[in-house]
Amino acid sequence: MNQSTWDLFLSSLGPIILGAVTGTIPLALVSFTVGLALALVVALMRLSRRRWLSGVARVYISIVRGTPLLVQLFVIFYGLPSLGVLIDPWPSAVIAFSVNVGGYAAEVIRAAILSVPKGQWEAAYMIGMSHRRALTRIILPQAARVSVPPLSNTFISLVKDTSLASLILVTELFRQAQQVAAFSQEFMLLYLEAALVYWAICLVLSSVQGVLETRLDRYVAH
Amino acid sequence: MSPTDLPTDAATAGAPAPAPLLTVRGLRKSFGTNQVLESIDLTVGRGQVLALIGPSGSGKTTILRCLNGLEVADGGAITIGGEVTIDFGRVPAPSRRDLAALRDRSAMVFQHYNLFPHKTVLENVLEGPVVVQRRPRAEVTAEALALLDRVGLGDKIDAHPFELSGGQQQRVGIVRALALRPQLLLFDEPTSSLDPELVGDVLRLIKELAVEGWTMVIVTHELEFAREVATEVAFVDAGTIVEHGDPKQLLRNPTQERTRQFLHRLLFPF
Ligand SMILES: Nc1ncnc2c1ncn2[C@@H]1O[C@H](COP(=O)(O)OP(=O)(O)OP(=O)(O)O)[C@@H](O)[C@H]1O
Ligand SMILES: [Mg+2]
Repeated sequence: MNQSTWDLFLSSLGPIILGAVTGTIPLALVSFTVGLALALVVALMRLSRRRWLSGVARVYISIVRGTPLLVQLFVIFYGLPSLGVLIDPWPSAVIAFSVNVGGYAAEVIRAAILSVPKGQWEAAYMIGMSHRRALTRIILPQAARVSVPPLSNTFISLVKDTSLASLILVTELFRQAQQVAAFSQEFMLLYLEAALVYWAICLVLSSVQGVLETRLDRYVAH
Repeated sequence: MSPTDLPTDAATAGAPAPAPLLTVRGLRKSFGTNQVLESIDLTVGRGQVLALIGPSGSGKTTILRCLNGLEVADGGAITIGGEVTIDFGRVPAPSRRDLAALRDRSAMVFQHYNLFPHKTVLENVLEGPVVVQRRPRAEVTAEALALLDRVGLGDKIDAHPFELSGGQQQRVGIVRALALRPQLLLFDEPTSSLDPELVGDVLRLIKELAVEGWTMVIVTHELEFAREVATEVAFVDAGTIVEHGDPKQLLRNPTQERTRQFLHRLLFPF
């Protein structure tokens, strides 16, 4: 690597990291939080004994998982305006990613709830709890622990998927890299640099995941 | 704490010919086409201990689960404590509230303990009385600490279940049940998932509770224990009570051939 390439690498690190800090990371965090809340509701609907509720949840999950995220993003940002609904890039991205996480994480949460042994429900009922209280105080805390590893994976995927937001003009990590690349014509360097920063973020997230898992694993009924 | 402290018991103390604490009439339960209980009748007086014995799959656990409202029977009636009768035959079927009323009167100790793994020993015990029954935390805590101390777990109150041996976990399970102040204690094979050397502690504790006057229904395969602790033994087979009576009499000299065969198999497994 010659001096000028190295200089370009260093000077573009600033805008790329800025894109990560102001775009990628907050976009992922906000979408994940909203998406998880949505996922919990969908998971509980899916587990409901009321047929129409679980039916609605099933269709939602099926659509989210059966259509490309990029298409969902385009429908919201480029499609809805023709129906008179104009949403800015950032909120469009948050909506698309939240809906997406909502579909994938719902299945994770549902599986986690089902993985809690039946005896835990029975003990909760035995001490006089209602269904709702058993769910919130006994079952969900245990399900939460079981879902940490798969949900961490969902989050890591989401961080990488936010790069798609560059296509609806959200200023985030990858769009910053693209702009520097277009200006300097150093495509290989800038795209590799973007990849490197994504990788670094994911390495940090994986190690956080590892710590969380060893902490939480012990308190789960086997 | 002993069951005689309870207001319901105090109210009936001295009354002539007290009504039985538990009455079960014609209890029926099927799972799909599998008729698991066919017309079970049981009566347990206050302070009495009924031991249920019988082969695997005969319906013993199902009886306890019906008593605790964990399973909704298809027919028959259960009365605990005289006042509340839940009639499973009637239309409409008993509501959630009926089942909750039934459940409030009894507490169950499970074969596999079923402690809450994300809560400490003390939290496991407090959850019912404080969160569900809304009794004052300070009062319940004092009571819980005394009970835990009594069963030799005074130094484990902040431990989590996974840090305890099976015997210790089951003692927590018993304390959790006692702390609910039930009128009736239900035990489902409380020692059958324990290592042999841990069985004694748990059985000794249950025996103490019997001596103190707790009313109990115990499913067990420990015949010696049943003989010593129970006031009555019932032999359950294929969803019916084949015979019941005085433990010493029934366990030594059963009148029914099926009981005789079962006892023989238990005493001479090979
Ligand atoms: N939830 C259920 N769904 C379907 N069948 C069940 C259910 N619970 C119990 N059964 C069936 O009911 C019958 C009685 O079961 P139960 O657990 O009461 O027997 P048990 O006498 O406690 O046996 P064990 O000594 O093995 O514990 C068995 O044939 C069992 O397969
Ligand atoms: Mg059983």
